[in-house]
Amino acid sequence: MITAPELEIAVLVLGMVILMLEAFATEIDERFLAFAAITGLAAVLVASFFVVPSGLDQATGFWSFYTADRLSIFFKQFALLTTILVLIMMIDYAPVVRRSFPDSKAQAGLGEFFAVPIFTCAGLMYMASAIDFVFIFVSLELVTISFYVLVSFTRRNPATLEAGVKYLVLSALSTAFFVYGITWLFGATGQTNLQRITVALTNPSTEHGAALFGMALVLVALGFKIAAVPFQIWVPDVYQGAPTPVTAYLSVGSKAAGFVVLLRVLRPFLMLPQMQRLIVLVALLTLIYGNLAALPQGNLKRLLAYSSIAHAGYLLIGVACFDGTAVVFYLVAYLLMTLLSFAVLVIVSQQTGDRISDFDGLGNRSPFLAFAMLISMVSLAGVPFTAGFLGKFFIFYAAIAQRQIALIVVGVITVGCGFYYYLKVVRAMYWQSTAKIDKIPVNGLSRLAISALIVATIWLGIYPQPILDALKR
Amino acid sequence: MVLFIIFCPIVAAILIMAGAPARKTALVASGLMFATSLFLLASFQRGQRDFQHVTSFTISPEWHLSFTTGLDGLSLAMVLLAAIVTLAAVWFAGRIDKYENAFYACLLFISGGAIGAFASIDLFFFYAFHELALIPTFLLIGIWGRENRVAAAWKITIYLAIGSFILLIGLILLYQSVPLTSRSFDIRALQAAAAGGQISADAQRHIYLLLIIGFGILISLFPFHTWAPEAYASAPAPATMLHAGVLKKFGLYGLLRLAIPLLPEGARQWTGLLVVLLLGNIIYVGLVTIAQKRLDWMLGYSSVMHMGYIFLGIASASILGATGAVVLMFAHGLSIALLFAIAGEVRKRTDTLILDELGGLGKVMPFAGLAFGLGAFAAIGLPGFANFAGEILIFFGAFQNGWEMERFHIFQIATVLGLWGVVISAVYMLRAYRKTFMGTLGNRWKELVDLRPALRVPVTLLVGALLCYGFFPQSFVRIVVPAFRTYLTANKQP
Repeated sequence: MITAPELEIAVLVLGMVILMLEAFATEIDERFLAFAAITGLAAVLVASFFVVPSGLDQATGFWSFYTADRLSIFFKQFALLTTILVLIMMIDYAPVVRRSFPDSKAQAGLGEFFAVPIFTCAGLMYMASAIDFVFIFVSLELVTISFYVLVSFTRRNPATLEAGVKYLVLSALSTAFFVYGITWLFGATGQTNLQRITVALTNPSTEHGAALFGMALVLVALGFKIAAVPFQIWVPDVYQGAPTPVTAYLSVGSKAAGFVVLLRVLRPFLMLPQMQRLIVLVALLTLIYGNLAALPQGNLKRLLAYSSIAHAGYLLIGVACFDGTAVVFYLVAYLLMTLLSFAVLVIVSQQTGDRISDFDGLGNRSPFLAFAMLISMVSLAGVPFTAGFLGKFFIFYAAIAQRQIALIVVGVITVGCGFYYYLKVVRAMYWQSTAKIDKIPVNGLSRLAISALIVATIWLGIYPQPILDALKR
Repeated sequence: MVLFIIFCPIVAAILIMAGAPARKTALVASGLMFATSLFLLASFQRGQRDFQHVTSFTISPEWHLSFTTGLDGLSLAMVLLAAIVTLAAVWFAGRIDKYENAFYACLLFISGGAIGAFASIDLFFFYAFHELALIPTFLLIGIWGRENRVAAAWKITIYLAIGSFILLIGLILLYQSVPLTSRSFDIRALQAAAAGGQISADAQRHIYLLLIIGFGILISLFPFHTWAPEAYASAPAPATMLHAGVLKKFGLYGLLRLAIPLLPEGARQWTGLLVVLLLGNIIYVGLVTIAQKRLDWMLGYSSVMHMGYIFLGIASASILGATGAVVLMFAHGLSIALLFAIAGEVRKRTDTLILDELGGLGKVMPFAGLAFGLGAFAAIGLPGFANFAGEILIFFGAFQNGWEMERFHIFQIATVLGLWGVVISAVYMLRAYRKTFMGTLGNRWKELVDLRPALRVPVTLLVGALLCYGFFPQSFVRIVVPAFRTYLTANKQP
């Protein structure tokens, strides 16, 4: 019988072991460390399917900060899967990291490059279970601090250094907002536990204004995590400057965790109409900004950065309509298609570069990679029979059920924008020709991961029931 | 059988992408589809209203979402059209210089998407299958297109993407307008709910408007039509044949399938608007067509114009008009495919389609001239072609709607103006025929050769089908009518 906290403990122990191996067994090939990390995480992922979820109300006593409900187990699996895929990308990316340290010895700290994501993963898993503001804060910091390291890992590169500094400063600022918000909430309700805050808010003597103000501050911090307007300014530069697998990790893992926390902390405030209006407004701004700014981008990494803002907008539609299932399904679809696009980007960018024009003629040079990119782009755009379409379908379904006309109108227009900028990549791959004709090599593990992502994207687009079942209460 | 005809082109396309010989596989697949469609036609139980050959796989029980396919008279007619045009388009495609496999795979994906949409009884898959054609169309125009291909490809893709998302909003609203207990994506269940009066009049008005805009963009209803001529002029001929001939019928099929049975109240509310817009198609676009100086643009605009007649049949909400609309959809699909195919062949030889530069081609390409002439006569609506049968049914159906001895109402006026449209189409079609195939033969065209004998087979197929249902429209009408009999009255008396 495995319980949920043991999963995180296993992941942390795994991270420690990898770090120790890197420090003391210096003759080990660092690729071995990566494979060990992937195998270990895969074992935890398998184990997580044997954990029996418990209801929210069973979390009492010392464990009152921790829940093991279905949603949290689901997101632990989500975090594990993301980390495994990111580690596979990191193996492909290792030569770039090694090249960025020309003067140092062979290892160049690659072991840490593979070990730190494991700690991030543990943080993401804790975040999925956190139902107490203090615990949310601690796990959020575990994620953020490990990202500080990862974002600026190839620190000799000025762009990466700039990304690291930007991320550090703005992230620290948002953390300050978060703590300040918690103190206001604590002051208004006398509680940090989300369930007890819910109870306290029903008490008419509670100061609602103060609680709302505190909540608004918390939303600022979470808005930073999920890249919602007006807290999105850091996204394009950091996404472009960070090592590509880390960008993928940021855009999937960090965002998903932000949305889980958002769904949890908003629950006590559901009855307040001001909250919904605020989120609708943020969703509208995020949709418009993300999609319009993505239109003229010529760099694929930057394009994906703006697209991640745009998708935060669609997810916020689901949040504004309080449809948790739609949000989670969209996140799963987003995970598949975003990681698919980054997996192709990591391989192609080492051969040519990460501008869209570097993808010219990919349909000739590597039909497999081009097809993978085609599937991920049409899924991001929202073409039926892909997971991305069903994600949008559920989101729009929720918005229509709630008659959120502004969100629907803006959503349809931005979907049209999305078709333009995602198909720009398709155009480059198939319409444009290029002088380079050499084939692009893909190693076996990446080929397997990319194929699995393609199949999963199409499979979920036709048969979404497994995810819907997993989320049923 | 129905599953076979849906998945035959899709599986063939996947095989071709995996490296099977492109042209052979595509020809075998489309031949099989044609044979299957004939078999379905032969084995169809005439006079029955229900869907036949139904198969169903549950996807999501709590959403009442299932992959259900089947045919009634209306969808059978469309599947037959799709199979014929697919075979002709694949046959005409010939050798492709660049990415031959991808070209045939794209063609087959469009065909599979169209047939899947026509044969789906489930609203979700009805929508999703149509979208399957979106990306192949983008690639077909982008990679193998001509002249202004970049702008044309973007225009059609963005237009159709936005149109179909508006349509999606309408369909979700339709799904939600039924009370929680009887919600289903199954069209039959929705029809039962509508018959029980469960869709409120208010909801019907909203949904109908969304469907008119969404489907209207897909069908190139005036004023959303500007993507069509440009895309059809730029796309390679087989892609245009499939898109103009088959895929564009999806929107009309959707209106006949959803708007007429489910939303009678919405139709009543918006009839006036629809009639004004369809007159825009017939008169305004008709006059624009006359002004065209290039054969491909002229054909593109003419296909937009003819949508107006079909809309008139749908808007008339009479059994005559709706049946006429189906006959005309079928006939227009065949005739426009034939015209675009011949125009494509002419273009391959002359490298230009500017009407003033052509002339006298009938002397060196007599067979092509004959085929184009027959196609043009069909498009004008001369008796003997299936188009005539469709148009006359539509005009009778529309004229009867709200007919009073004392004065004309909107439908009578629309019918009279629509009849003027026939004159307009005679003007531009005959003019184009004269400028292309009649007159003096230019010196530069003396060396041209006629269509190869192998290419005469698909032409004969298209012309044969047009003539067959032109002389015996009854056999077609008998299949289609039962699909409408429950919802529409045969004869509206004032």
